Amino acid sequence: MQSKKEQKKIGREKLQHIIEMCMSVESRTMEPFLLNVDDVIKVIKEYFPQWKQPEDLCLDAETIHHLASVIKLQSEWIKNRSTSLYTDPFLLEEKLTQIKEEEMIDTFLKAWHPIIELEQISLHSLAESIRYWETLIPLKERWKEFPAPEIETMRASREELIKQKILMDKAFSEELENFWQELKKKVEEKGEGQKILYWDFVGAETHEETVQRAFMTSFLVTYGYATLEIRPLEEKIFIRAYKKPPAKTGGKQQISIPIAITHDDWQRWKRGGEK
Amino acid sequence: MSKRKAYYTSKVKRATHMLFYRRHKKPGVKGWELRKGLGSDYPKVISILDDYLKTLDLQVKTVFEEEKPSEKPTLEELDKARFYITLRGELTPKETKMIGWRIDDLAGLAITIAYVISKKGKAPRKEVEELLSEKLLGWKVGLNVDRYIRYGYLTQDENGQLYLDWRTRAEVDQKALIDLLLKTGTRPAA
Repeated sequence: MQSKKEQKKIGREKLQHIIEMCMSVESRTMEPFLLNVDDVIKVIKEYFPQWKQPEDLCLDAETIHHLASVIKLQSEWIKNRSTSLYTDPFLLEEKLTQIKEEEMIDTFLKAWHPIIELEQISLHSLAESIRYWETLIPLKERWKEFPAPEIETMRASREELIKQKILMDKAFSEELENFWQELKKKVEEKGEGQKILYWDFVGAETHEETVQRAFMTSFLVTYGYATLEIRPLEEKIFIRAYKKPPAKTGGKQQISIPIAITHDDWQRWKRGGEK
Repeated sequence: MSKRKAYYTSKVKRATHMLFYRRHKKPGVKGWELRKGLGSDYPKVISILDDYLKTLDLQVKTVFEEEKPSEKPTLEELDKARFYITLRGELTPKETKMIGWRIDDLAGLAITIAYVISKKGKAPRKEVEELLSEKLLGWKVGLNVDRYIRYGYLTQDENGQLYLDWRTRAEVDQKALIDLLLKTGTRPAA
């Protein structure tokens, strides 16, 4: 006497086998009527009361699903055989292997009615194309619809700069004067020929402090307390301090020199001691 | 010319433009497109055009999405069907050369289509190639099958099975082909 566990195992194997057979029919590697539907249903019925687990019930449902496909194929098979189009495939194959080429061509030409088509442009499509062209918006205008995201730039007030700790809450001219004195002192101590490397002057312990010093330096240069000397080939920027600030900055055309003070640049300077 | 006649003359002209000139990747026009272009009485316009084309040995061929309805097709079935202009009669072997077919290639196509029909619409490509290589040069067989697929006579699935495709359904009278094949005299293989 088989235990319930063993019976379930055999049942599952049988259902798997049925599914495989059904799939063979579905993939047309087996004739649909080689599968006896009545026998299969008997097997499914026999084991159904034993299924309690969801996996077993799913297997049962899958078997039914595949069996339904086979029954559909059986119905198609009967329909095909009953139509006048059905011919014994073996007989047809035999004919195909024995028929002469000329005879095959003659036969085929009697049943072949090739499609007539023209690929040239027609007046209608030309007119449509012109209409389309007329309504087509120029690229310049179409691209306007998708503007590139822009970063809005605004003028920062002194209060805002103080809030962001870029400026200290002192009179700005006093601050600038002190900063100029510091530059002159550093040039004397570390500089050569009245100039010092830009990064050696602006570089500080923290990135924030470095940005603040670069900001102040930009005012020193703009107001004529100092000037920048750029050596592109050596990729070095020097800052030269004037002993006295010029009365006017006019006369010479002023240019703007953007200098990035990124965190990476600052770290590189920290590691190497200079930019 | 009566108003009615003028109406249909203009519709037939429009239908001719729509059907003769290729509008999409594949030739032919869907029924719903004809309805959009010609109005709801497009089946009548097509029937007039078909009648006119008889004198030119051409016809309007209707290929239904599923099997050809046994009775008069419904408007819905017509809307889903595809309409083509095809030859009404037959080509002579000499004429096939004019439309770009070598006699060998055409015979290969005929054998392939007939074989796939004999296998109920699905046959492994390997089997078809074996059959073709009995009478065609080996290197040409694969190229020919690829060409039949490219033209839309056949389609192939990922398992290497060949099926009849849209062009065969539009151009080949499958029943006539099988009937004619079975009627041909058999000769013992040499």
